[in-house]
Amino acid sequence: MSAPAAAAVVFDPDRGWRLHHQVSVRPEPFGALLYHFGTRKLSFLKNTTIVEVVSSLADHPDARTALRAAGIDDAEQAPYVHALSVLVQSKMLVRKDCEETS
Amino acid sequence: MTTMQPVPRLVDQFELGLDAPICLTWELTYACNLSCVHCLSSSGKRDPRELSTRQCMDIIDELERMQVFYVNIGGGEPTVRPDFWELVDYATAHHVGVKFSTNGVRITPAVAAKLAASDYVDVQISLDGATAEVNDEVRGPGSFAMAIRALENLAEAGFKDAKISVVVTRHNVDQLDDFKALADQYGATLRITRLRPSGRGADVWDELHPTPAQQVQLYDWLVARGERVLTGDSFFHLSGLGEPGALAGLNLCGAGGVVCLIDPVGDVYACPFAIHDKFLAGNILSDGGFDNVWKNAPLFRELREPQSAGACSGCGHYDACRGGCMAAKFFTGLPLDGPDPECVQGYGEPALALERNKPKSSVDHSRSGGRKAPIPLKLLTIPPKKFCNESPV
Repeated sequence: MSAPAAAAVVFDPDRGWRLHHQVSVRPEPFGALLYHFGTRKLSFLKNTTIVEVVSSLADHPDARTALRAAGIDDAEQAPYVHALSVLVQSKMLVRKDCEETS
Repeated sequence: MTTMQPVPRLVDQFELGLDAPICLTWELTYACNLSCVHCLSSSGKRDPRELSTRQCMDIIDELERMQVFYVNIGGGEPTVRPDFWELVDYATAHHVGVKFSTNGVRITPAVAAKLAASDYVDVQISLDGATAEVNDEVRGPGSFAMAIRALENLAEAGFKDAKISVVVTRHNVDQLDDFKALADQYGATLRITRLRPSGRGADVWDELHPTPAQQVQLYDWLVARGERVLTGDSFFHLSGLGEPGALAGLNLCGAGGVVCLIDPVGDVYACPFAIHDKFLAGNILSDGGFDNVWKNAPLFRELREPQSAGACSGCGHYDACRGGCMAAKFFTGLPLDGPDPECVQGYGEPALALERNKPKSSVDHSRSGGRKAPIPLKLLTIPPKKFCNESPV
């Protein structure tokens, strides 16, 4: 059990991403709570800007565009890119053009 | 405009309480085929006032509206309710995930196959010894074999990642590696939690709770091997033993702020370890629904206020352990604004040595005439078949 994932998905901000269909987003005063019904993991979005980004990812061709649309200039994107990559690692986000396997 | 706003730490947010629990524990029945000596809900006999199927479904509807992600269903033994599977299906169909705790009595091969087919149900098999000898002393004769049978059935049905749920005691703390091996054997995940002096646990806590040396042993094991072990964030009283963050998880008391308990008659308590009038926030049926109790109960509002460090205010570890577990203090007769009975700085021991008034239980569904300590285990029988014949529900 718990063998290392065969091919860990790497977050590429120049591609399109969306929430996994088993992820539920609950708005909170500090941001939002995410819960993945498949992995049964909980995550936190710690401000409302990242909530806006995550919620609108699917509407944009790639993550960079979603970040810019949320008012985050390219020079300021690093912490958000990091946050999104963490969400990709925990399978909260998946590639738009990928079939979901779990 | 787009710089990251400073936000309060999540821990602080959580202590102020959320508009809805993240998850909650829901004891569906006080009926149980076992009589574990440390049962924190003093279960045994069904309560005649237990919620009907319709009332349970209404609560699930409310949880869906509040976006409570999942419920931890327990009891008693929840699977002895004839409508148990119906309620599980109803909850998952309404986007409320289900994790349920069971001693395994109803996890037949057929049930295991059904569970394996669902993405939204998680199963937790309770086991308090890695051997029958250690387990059955606490949970009753035959209970080890019953739990293992359930794990076998789940594994054979292809159910992925069941949980083995262990309450850490003086007698099983040396078996942590064995539990881990057992979990690995069945493709399961180990979950270990703290023994609370709640319910019948109050009667046996003095003899069963880990010694101070064992607390350190447990902490070291968690730091070294706990990465893939779940703890229900229940060991925050140990935080002071090492660097902040050494223990995985949030490790804070979420009572009335991010978690709570719904009992079989619809009473809402601050947490699963606090079934007592002192921690009763209200009743779902008589106090205008769960949402109203959660948001407006005076007890919950009080719990979301900044808490006084009291006697612990001079201690450098207060930030780490926050004074420990409220229920553990209350049921051992210690003041709520003082140290935890298992305080790792040693402040609990002298407090326990003083004259204490342990609170009498206000809710008790134990069989055979109520709680008494110690319970003569040899007299117990576990007759799963009897339950089919005369269902307590």
